[in-house]
Amino acid sequence: MGGAHGHQLHFHGHSPVHRAPAHLKIVALVVFMLVVVATPRGWWPAYAAYLAVLLAVVATSRVPPTYLLKRMVVEVPFVFFALLLPFVATGPETEFLGLTVSESGLHAGAKLLVTATLGVIASLTLAATTEPQALLRGLTRLRMPALLVQIMGFMVRYLEVVTDELRRMKVARESRGFSARDPRHWPVLARSFGALFIRSFERGERVHLAMLSRGYTGKMPS
Amino acid sequence: MHVPDGFLDAPTSVATGAVAVVAVGVSLRKAREELDDRTAPLAGLVAAFIFATQMLNFPVAGGTSGHLMGGAIAAVLVGPWTGVLATSVVFLVQCLLFADGGITALGTNIVLMGVTTVVVGWFVFRGVQAVLPRTTAMVPVAAGIGAFVSVPVAALLFVGLYAVGGAADIPLGQLTGAMVGVHVLIGLGEGVITFLAVGSIIAVRPDLVHGARSVLKTRTLEVRTAGAAA
Amino acid sequence: MSVPVLDVQGLAYAYPDGHQALFGVDLHVHAGERVALLGPNGAGKTTLVLHLNGILVAGQGSVSVSGLPVEKKHLAEIRRRVGIVFQDPDDQLFMGTVRADVGFGPANLGLSGAALDARVMDALDKVGMTEFADRPPHHLSFGQRRRVAVATVLAMEPEILVLDEPSSNLDPASRRELADILRSLDVTVLMVTHDLPYALELCPRSVVLSDGHVVADGATYDVLTDDALMRANRLELPFGFDPRTIDAGLLPVATRGRGSDTLPG
Ligand SMILES: Nc1ncnc2c1ncn2[C@@H]1O[C@H](COP(=O)(O)OP(=O)(O)OP(=O)(O)O)[C@@H](O)[C@H]1O
Ligand SMILES: [Mg+2]
Repeated sequence: MGGAHGHQLHFHGHSPVHRAPAHLKIVALVVFMLVVVATPRGWWPAYAAYLAVLLAVVATSRVPPTYLLKRMVVEVPFVFFALLLPFVATGPETEFLGLTVSESGLHAGAKLLVTATLGVIASLTLAATTEPQALLRGLTRLRMPALLVQIMGFMVRYLEVVTDELRRMKVARESRGFSARDPRHWPVLARSFGALFIRSFERGERVHLAMLSRGYTGKMPS
Repeated sequence: MHVPDGFLDAPTSVATGAVAVVAVGVSLRKAREELDDRTAPLAGLVAAFIFATQMLNFPVAGGTSGHLMGGAIAAVLVGPWTGVLATSVVFLVQCLLFADGGITALGTNIVLMGVTTVVVGWFVFRGVQAVLPRTTAMVPVAAGIGAFVSVPVAALLFVGLYAVGGAADIPLGQLTGAMVGVHVLIGLGEGVITFLAVGSIIAVRPDLVHGARSVLKTRTLEVRTAGAAA
Repeated sequence: MSVPVLDVQGLAYAYPDGHQALFGVDLHVHAGERVALLGPNGAGKTTLVLHLNGILVAGQGSVSVSGLPVEKKHLAEIRRRVGIVFQDPDDQLFMGTVRADVGFGPANLGLSGAALDARVMDALDKVGMTEFADRPPHHLSFGQRRRVAVATVLAMEPEILVLDEPSSNLDPASRRELADILRSLDVTVLMVTHDLPYALELCPRSVVLSDGHVVADGATYDVLTDDALMRANRLELPFGFDPRTIDAGLLPVATRGRGSDTLPG
């Protein structure tokens, strides 16, 4: 269930794609994906065109394709699912590469593979060219409610603390010969989860209190 | 279980999107009752946590692994309304910054893994709390049970959504069996981890656990007269 | 006698984990005073400081600032009047650049544009950090971060300045420069410190906190020369430093407010 998330995906750069306002990029992503999803299965030329547009954007952004490729692993579980579909789906059957497969399954699997891939590349491109803070400002401009922006702001800030500590604790555990292999190890994982929670909360809490001390009321001064 | 773009058909995605918008909208209004100036960062932390621990796959059985969904623990830590907001933010960030879960499937993911696990987790938590003795020691137990139940329910809903808007017809009986089977195991993991995590938080900072508020005793403070120890 | 600007009465507080840190603290500071808060590690000094602008909320007793009780409806006003420099500068600095960090407080007070810039650069100038304005705080040395932390609070122009161990990790020249800044400001100062010569140099009055309550409150000179009190509270003068040998003319005098109380027996 779910692959590994990479760490912060931002790829530093100064291309036009990097400089474009975040709210426009978000809107573009949403519109692009809506169009992709709404395209009927079987319209392969249209999909080819989408891919071309996307690759053009990636090229303009000068984010190395290998950088994106490595981060496409999030898609893996659904690639399996898509590949499985032709074999488990019901309905009329056809021949494909010498195998007898379900026709609807084959088409559905192909469409899923293509849309999901386009979606992952498009989102990765947004992530690689937009800093979290810019994204937050973009969402604010798109009228995302202030409370959500605030929670998201704290989340982004905490994320670094938490993933950092998580990695450190994992290293500490494993260097003492522990690795989580079966359910007997859940208690260790959970306890380190609890400790980590308190540790990061208290670190973040102090910063938050420092912000309150300087007149913070929930909105970042711009 | 993050649903990617194109997994469900457009009408289903639009419908789940609408449900998500309503759920988040109601939560925004209700959350103001749960939040004070310290719980907004707490909600952010809970979100960061769910996010981070979703990277941490735990081993289940037969080579499969599961990760925390986190709805139940979010509800217990910050309350159900703020819990919905925190989990929704997780999926938003995952889809925008990490390409995990499609942007057109955002509503689906929020409803499936956020709203469902928060709501189911919270109601089960409250229900269990009502029958168990009202002590802090019972809070993690109730939280664990809530978490355990929330996962297979989310899996069932997933199958239901697939039945309505899935891309291909696959035998639903088999899908249900496989999904629920695996998710009972994952739910077990989620339950145990939630139990232990809430337990270790309650031991040190009971004030950070929303679900423990009703059972927290007020402490009496000792006052020493000035100069007594000098 | 005027209303104290800081008025702490019978303050008791326990941390959420159940550990009680304050056991009935009384402290009154009048406008214009410079008071040192002394005491061993774990005495509760930082805990007390965190009550002065409502970051921690009194479990028992009361805290008021310029007559305003520290409670939710006065917090904004109180936080404008009381500026706290935290013990750990990493708790204080959270923005991407030094400039943004120092500007954070004044921006929250409603300043913007040129006025904000001027305020920021003025504060950075006072601590000698103008050339670091565009650096990220976490790339600075500890002492530099401490100076920026002081600037973040100076930029808000508080009436009451509370500093939690401001001189730790400063090199001798910066330590002296900070003293010059504090002397030049027309504000009330409460300074937590383990640096006893610094307390003597800057603060006419000292309060000693031990095990969560006040055990002495009086002229700094009297506190530092009370050997029994010093020993009982783990306070030690640095090697070779003896307040008795210092020319009384060099000691700070209380110009305004109340000079000193008598030492409790
Ligand atoms: N967040 C916390 N939770 C629980 N206990 C705490 C917390 N912070 C401090 N304490 C405890 O409260 C007591 C007072 O701590 P405080 O930080 O106020 O001491 P201090 O006088 O500032 O010491 P130092 O000179 O080392 O800075 C100590 O016993 C400490 O262990
Ligand atoms: Mg301290």
